[in-house]
Amino acid sequence: MPKMMSLEELQALREKVKASIDLREKGDQAEKMVIVRVAMATCGIAAGAREIMSYFLDEAQHRNLTNIMVTQSGCMGYCYAEPTVEVTKPGEEPIVYGYVTKERAQEIIEKYILGGELVEGIIPVSHQSLDE
Amino acid sequence: MSKYMMHILVCGGTGCLSSQSGEIVEGLKKAIEDIGMQNQVQVVKTGCFGFCEKGPIVKILPDNTFYVQVKPEDVEEIVSEHIVKGRKVERLLYENPESKTPISDSKHMNFYKKQMRVALRNCGFINPENIEEYIARDGYGALAKVLTLSQMEVIEEVKKSGLRGRGGGGFPTGLKWEFAYKNVADQKYVVCNADEGDPGAFMDRSILEGDPHSIVEAMAICGYAIGATKGLVYIRAEYPLAVKRLECAIAAAREYGLLGEHILGTAFSFDIEIRFGAGAFVCGEETALIHSMEGKRGEPTTKPPFPAASGYWAKPTNVNNVETFANIPVIFLKGAEWFSKIGTEKSKGTKVFALAGKINNVGLIEVPMGTTLREVIYDIGGGIKGGKQFKAVQTGGPSGGCLTEKDLDTPIDFDNLLAKGSMMGSGGMIVMDEDDCMPAVAKFYLEFTAEESCGKCTPCRVGTKRLLEILEKIVSGRGTPKDLDTLKELSEVIKDTALCGLGQTASNPVLSTLKVFEEEYIAHVRDHKCPAKQCSALLQYRITEKCVGCTACSRVCPVGAISGTVKKQHTIDISKCIKCGACESKCRFNAIVKE
Repeated sequence: MPKMMSLEELQALREKVKASIDLREKGDQAEKMVIVRVAMATCGIAAGAREIMSYFLDEAQHRNLTNIMVTQSGCMGYCYAEPTVEVTKPGEEPIVYGYVTKERAQEIIEKYILGGELVEGIIPVSHQSLDE
Repeated sequence: MSKYMMHILVCGGTGCLSSQSGEIVEGLKKAIEDIGMQNQVQVVKTGCFGFCEKGPIVKILPDNTFYVQVKPEDVEEIVSEHIVKGRKVERLLYENPESKTPISDSKHMNFYKKQMRVALRNCGFINPENIEEYIARDGYGALAKVLTLSQMEVIEEVKKSGLRGRGGGGFPTGLKWEFAYKNVADQKYVVCNADEGDPGAFMDRSILEGDPHSIVEAMAICGYAIGATKGLVYIRAEYPLAVKRLECAIAAAREYGLLGEHILGTAFSFDIEIRFGAGAFVCGEETALIHSMEGKRGEPTTKPPFPAASGYWAKPTNVNNVETFANIPVIFLKGAEWFSKIGTEKSKGTKVFALAGKINNVGLIEVPMGTTLREVIYDIGGGIKGGKQFKAVQTGGPSGGCLTEKDLDTPIDFDNLLAKGSMMGSGGMIVMDEDDCMPAVAKFYLEFTAEESCGKCTPCRVGTKRLLEILEKIVSGRGTPKDLDTLKELSEVIKDTALCGLGQTASNPVLSTLKVFEEEYIAHVRDHKCPAKQCSALLQYRITEKCVGCTACSRVCPVGAISGTVKKQHTIDISKCIKCGACESKCRFNAIVKE
């Protein structure tokens, strides 16, 4: 690392490295984040959940969406509809999408997360989680 | 940019490291490599999380899962369950002591709910050995801002924040800086006092271990403000990890151009050196500290002259404590006004405390000034161990005093604690329960100060020794009521005549326990009884009628003091008994009592 010779250089470095701890800062205030939870059990991974997860991570970065937190969960039980993705907006009920492809993922980001409009592929949730 | 989708933070403070957290880090890294996810999961060794009671701590983000008391053999399960399958390892979660239900998110733990982390903002959050993580948290942003202000503007900002010295004295920091600034000299010095010596206190060590760059940055800011180009950190050599992290931070700051000549291209130059202390308590006193750094005996001198006028090598020197410095960058990032809104009228900001003693959640906490002792001990600290009765809390270490039940609702700040006969001190908080004998507690602190007295002035050298002798006499059952008067008188004399803070405050634990627990002292000297049943010299073992005559006690007694026939109640010959307690632990019928 060459020595920084101006305030601007420090500022530029900060911008560059900020993303490295971004995830920790987001985790600290998860209640304000849109949480995208990708089911990453054996069934999900076999159906391509890893690619979907990286797609969400990449898109969030490209579009500079700082309020999205991408994380993973175990099997949600919808093995027939993998990859499944659960999206929880702050203060709203979680919505589960099935058969998520990259195209659908893009739709979820653009229409649901940014636009607030529901898109195709919702799996009706008929259960309640015990801990929430 | 990293594509990490998960960060695993492992506590790398001294406490957790000694419970094998180093092995946990290595184990996690290896296990994650084994499953080929090293580019998706980052393992970070951080500073102290504060929850030392339940260490080692492992925190997983972004889902904020907080695992406690993790062992190296748990690593495999964490990786295969949590990382691969996204299922939390329930048995490692912290259990809510009341409802007995596991809590996965640390934010919902009582321990963290009432805390406000300013000085500890980065502890347990960043990797202290990585300067870029500090910069990502706006690190060195305060220094950059300061370099655009005038020296007096910087000092005014610190004054406006209301920050007071966190080492114990509570002197306004901005004022101290102004004194050093106004003294003209060809060379000035900034000194960081990291000679934390109170028994049971580990605030400064944890800050240096968890966020060393905040100290480097703050010292540079101070150097700019007072016009110094050299900084020195006086740290005790018994803090090897803190020393290592600090050395690493200084080297990185030099490499990045944040220390050295022409910092960030400005005319300001500043560099830091480390000086090791040999662990003498008196060297926490600023004049003694300076002498020790000059290679002389660690002995204090009278003030004035204050170090701000004539300090290190007789040059103007500004000495601040680690925690004081840790607050400085935040004041410039968030503004003096933000800072001065936290706390009470005369004590601004937050204070870090090291909770120790008979408390459930031993650890490191930070609360806004004005939080009550009750909130600290019961809400954050989780109350007294084993459901025992709270008796007292010692604040201010060997220089402080004890506070009792009636003081629990006092908002903690510099002035309130002084008014209650104790002091803020550097932040050690030792909680005592019904089993603690107060004269014995006073004796413990006097043993400490008598040993740590540098011997320069007579009141402290001889006085603390005499105090200790009287206390030893009292707890061994040879005390007389007259001793209490001597204790009081001698304490007052030492307080008035000793040269430095060590001696002047050495008798505080005696005076304060004597005032609050006078009856306990009287019981010792008049009735020769120890109400807390701690002073073995004042206790006698007795066998009650519960005895069934099993002879177990007489067989275990090393001095043959117990006699009796089989199936009959035994008796103890008090003149032979050495009070080892072997009979009491051997008896299966609870027939042996200590009175």
